Amino acid sequence: MAEIIFKQVAHRYKSTRKTNVEAEQELALSIGDFCWQDGGAYALLGPSGCGKSTLLNITSGLLAPSQGEVFFDGVNVTHLSTADRNIAQVFQFPVIYDTMTVRNNLAFPLRNRGMKEPEVSRRVGEIAEMLELDSVLNKKARGLSADQKQLISLGRGLVRKDVSAILFDEPLTVIDPHQKFKLRRKLKEIHRHLKLTLIYVTHDQSEALTFADQVLVMNNGKILQQGTPEQLFETPAHSFVGHFIGSPGMNFLSCDLGSENVRIADTVIPMDAQLCQHGLLQLAALDKNATVSIGIRPEYLQLSSEPELNGKSGIAVTLESLENYDAYQMATVSFSGATVRVKTRQSPKSGTLFLHIPEAKTRLYVNNTLVNENG
Amino acid sequence: MSLVLENISLKVGAETHIYPSDINLETGMNVVIGPTLSGKTTLLRLIAGLDKPSSGRLLLNGVDITSVPVQQRSVAIVYQQYINYPNMTVFDNIASPLRIAKLSKMDIARKVETVAELLRIKEYLSRRPDELSGGQQQRTALARALVKGAGIVLLDEPLVNLDYKLREELRSEMRKLFSQQKETIALYATTEPLEASLLGQNIIVMDEGSVIQSGSRDEVMNHPATLRAAEILSDPRVNTINGLVVKANIAFEGSVSFKAEKKLADLSDGPYCFVLRAHHIGLAPKSASAVQIQAVVEMTEVSGSETFIHVTFAGVSWTVQQDGVHSHEINTAVDLYFEPSDLMVFPAATNRREA
Repeated sequence: MAEIIFKQVAHRYKSTRKTNVEAEQELALSIGDFCWQDGGAYALLGPSGCGKSTLLNITSGLLAPSQGEVFFDGVNVTHLSTADRNIAQVFQFPVIYDTMTVRNNLAFPLRNRGMKEPEVSRRVGEIAEMLELDSVLNKKARGLSADQKQLISLGRGLVRKDVSAILFDEPLTVIDPHQKFKLRRKLKEIHRHLKLTLIYVTHDQSEALTFADQVLVMNNGKILQQGTPEQLFETPAHSFVGHFIGSPGMNFLSCDLGSENVRIADTVIPMDAQLCQHGLLQLAALDKNATVSIGIRPEYLQLSSEPELNGKSGIAVTLESLENYDAYQMATVSFSGATVRVKTRQSPKSGTLFLHIPEAKTRLYVNNTLVNENG
Repeated sequence: MSLVLENISLKVGAETHIYPSDINLETGMNVVIGPTLSGKTTLLRLIAGLDKPSSGRLLLNGVDITSVPVQQRSVAIVYQQYINYPNMTVFDNIASPLRIAKLSKMDIARKVETVAELLRIKEYLSRRPDELSGGQQQRTALARALVKGAGIVLLDEPLVNLDYKLREELRSEMRKLFSQQKETIALYATTEPLEASLLGQNIIVMDEGSVIQSGSRDEVMNHPATLRAAEILSDPRVNTINGLVVKANIAFEGSVSFKAEKKLADLSDGPYCFVLRAHHIGLAPKSASAVQIQAVVEMTEVSGSETFIHVTFAGVSWTVQQDGVHSHEINTAVDLYFEPSDLMVFPAATNRREA
């Protein structure tokens, strides 16, 4: 195991097909200083082309960054291969020897390193038991199901005691939905027992948020936020994160910033004075095209026929549409030219509706970046 | 408009793909939901005329169309994989059925632009499909299906290959789109309860080649006819537990007992299978009538907006749906609450087959 440190890392792919100037200048990855802490369960989440695979490949050694250096426990490994870094990888499709038995598949990396047979046998037994592969150890890998094959891929990484980290690239793509749950659970268990560094790449929010203790949301080659699933949901650091996490994502409403409120046309929404202060300071340093918006999750908005709720007055809104998602209703409402989505367990009553925006759950964004209480 | 499938069935060799079924489709959005291989795609193919039924008739507005060939049926199909002509522009892709119908240039241009505007791809009309995102490509395929104004539009899991943000967006639009097509019967095949709930005016539930329930959205979603229908209509999976009713008292096997009140008061004594949807179980009581269960956390899954807590108690595994993103330590105790009025009741598991 190892602490993996990136220093001033950026990567630009050599121009391939596209020859236009913009593509030439664009960095595929620009992350600066960064660290994978020893024993962490990480997920890299973002849309296709966001740079997550590039970051994974630089970690594994499949790719040397065009700028910066990579250190494993203080040793510069920037130009070392995957094998020399002791990285194990699990890809979308199982990479195993179909004609070998499960036992020999698991033993392969150990024998390769010249481990003595009794030790190989003991280690393979341990890992097979953990992965619940002990009953099929003497079967050929060929006849097994996709999820079992993927467990073998994982097992080939786990048998190596000295592995620095295990990297997963969309490992559940070919797995039957019913088996996904079992594999996810297995991965969690393994992380709890072995405290290995696990790095998991996916474009699927459920996969990332279920697997990882720390999720990195990426877009356009940058890490927009690193945090726990709760942090990404509650306080998205960037409007992209708010939009990308959640179905539907956070509502973002353009507004004007005052000293103790924000205004959307003539609607005034109260806001913590200190937060407004921080926002105004940031705004003063930016050009006049800078944008201000508030973000609020559909889960935290309330619709009511009561103009007042808990002593706070609501905003009169127009109901635009109501969608029935079975577990909840999704109301789309509008006021002062703004449109928001509200998740509600009860169908809103007819007549005038009031939208209640809880201040504690409302976030402020300047130029799409979160303004936090510490400025 | 109406499309009636009368005692329709399909046998291929000795294998039955569709058992004799009666289905009524009305103008608007009809959803057929069922697991993989339940017969959804076969049903769509029968309606399109791509397969000939082994028995039964298809009646469109009362007229028998069973032997009308596919080219002469007023049908459009959208598949899982967005299918477009790669060497044609988006405009030409959408225009292709109109060209076959030999419409004038002006009519074609007018119709293509109208439908492109509806599907928000007007600005891409001069591009080729490989210059579009997956969502835009599927919009193009949808536009081609809608442009000829076919009376019947068949959609076979059209969103399944899109990533979740695009799916979210197109799903909502699909609903609006088909509520505007007043003269169209749409039939949308899906495996996902959420799509059925959101899109369907009418829902048909299929399993192993048979229609096991059909009716209005509210009736089907809120009152699944059988345990199997409830399973197909729920994601996450439904929670089940066996229980015994004795003298207006319900006892869950190895767990809590509580009074059978309101609609449950009519249950005669005996064993039953009790079923709850994941969103009907909470971590806090909703009212004084809530029943409490003590369980242990097995695992949590986070969807992005919801947390699914997998728990065990009394030898059964249940899933609880919680709004928002939360973490729960594995192997910790948790108190669950549900309202007895949310329980669905089915014959005990041993009699399940007869349902």
